[in-house]
Amino acid sequence: MRYVEEFRDPSAARDVLRAIKDVTAEIGATKEKPIHIMEICGGHTHAIFRYGLDRLTPEGIEFIHGPGCPVCVLPMSRIDECVEIAERPEVIFATFGDAMRVPGSRKSLMQAKADGADIRMVYSPLDALELARRNPDREVVFFGLGFETTTPSTALSIQQASREALRNFSVFCNHITVPPPIKALLDDPYMVLDGFVGPGHVSMVIGTHPYDFIAKDYGKPIVVAGFEPLDLLQSVLMVLHQIRDGRAEVENQYARVVPEHGNPVSIAAIEDVYEPRPTFEWRGLGEIDASGLRIRHAYRAYDAEEKFRVGYGAGPRIVSEPDGCACGQVMTGRIKPPQCPQYGQGCTPEMPLGALMVSSEGACAAYFQYSANDDVMEAAE
Amino acid sequence: MCLGIPGQIVEITDATRLMAIADISGVRREVSVACVATPDLSDLIGEWALIHVGFAMSVIDEGEAEKTLEALRGLGEAQETLEAMAQGDAALHTPAERVAS
Repeated sequence: MRYVEEFRDPSAARDVLRAIKDVTAEIGATKEKPIHIMEICGGHTHAIFRYGLDRLTPEGIEFIHGPGCPVCVLPMSRIDECVEIAERPEVIFATFGDAMRVPGSRKSLMQAKADGADIRMVYSPLDALELARRNPDREVVFFGLGFETTTPSTALSIQQASREALRNFSVFCNHITVPPPIKALLDDPYMVLDGFVGPGHVSMVIGTHPYDFIAKDYGKPIVVAGFEPLDLLQSVLMVLHQIRDGRAEVENQYARVVPEHGNPVSIAAIEDVYEPRPTFEWRGLGEIDASGLRIRHAYRAYDAEEKFRVGYGAGPRIVSEPDGCACGQVMTGRIKPPQCPQYGQGCTPEMPLGALMVSSEGACAAYFQYSANDDVMEAAE
Repeated sequence: MCLGIPGQIVEITDATRLMAIADISGVRREVSVACVATPDLSDLIGEWALIHVGFAMSVIDEGEAEKTLEALRGLGEAQETLEAMAQGDAALHTPAERVAS
């Protein structure tokens, strides 16, 4: 238990780990016939690797790393469209830094910037709004990216731009929502999931009811979890209790931050500005119905897809992934990161080929950063 | 980018646009308080909030703020967020403007 000492409260962690071990034994889960638990959120994936939770928990529990890293599920075609917009001479393209190194089929935003495109890394869409105010003769395009945690921020920024009649600001909208890919995964006949650890900060925005279908329609437990390692362990234990008792419920381990009905202002802003697209492409998972958002007609002046005639609606779309990249198989739990032929060879955090290697929330990058090192240490012990 | 960072609201800067200054690990940054607005915004001063990409999304108590910051530091996310905020400030200027100032 090399990592337990790093926990805020090591003795509490040991108690929960002991309980997890007992319940796993009660259920009869083994290495050969494990319980599969998916953590949906990339932040949780990062924490699981960072604190070695996959190693601290019994072999009868297998973590499957979910699609909850928005940078990792961005398809190449969307990066290509970003580059196309960013390379227009009148455009200042504002983006979260996380997206800079995601490979496109021509180039990444990092390469486009090196080639002369005016691309600015910002912390907030508020920075992009300020850029638009300060540069009235330029077109400022914000790369709207992320799940329900960042969607309210771009919705509120578009509303603000509309109030100010700021005509040189628009959003290239790639916001995606958590429930549809979970449904797609549950509908996949090869999927073997037994339960879920639900995202904390996404749920702070949308509440816990959007997950009701997981329990009601699919009979799987889900527990919304916080980000401390102890939060995650407690949530895993709650999932195991449900499995042992034959229950399937939506439970909230993170109630101190996540209200049952979410944040009403955020939900209202999302509803006002966005509507679901009929379908949206996810890297590795393909097109998923109603999984992405687009800007409503009333706000079309702020929609970069409309303004620059790119993206959905502008022509046939080519779905492609780099040669030999197995991100899709990793994301659906079919293989582990090191089983990808490119892992650590053609694909590293410094020179990512697939998106799962780009962000610290991606399963491959997290595995590369922490687990490879552990393997070496364990071999040496 | 996905994980919020705790910050303490220290000043209301624009009540109409619902903007405030938050102290985020010692860095002062203007944030929107639209999602946590109270009838009298000055009630927010001194409160801790989880801040996502410049938007206060949820008021939390000080103990929770401390625990969350510790968890984020453990993941390297706190430092990443502070760097992103500094980058965001720098991005408001062109390279030529930065040289001039």
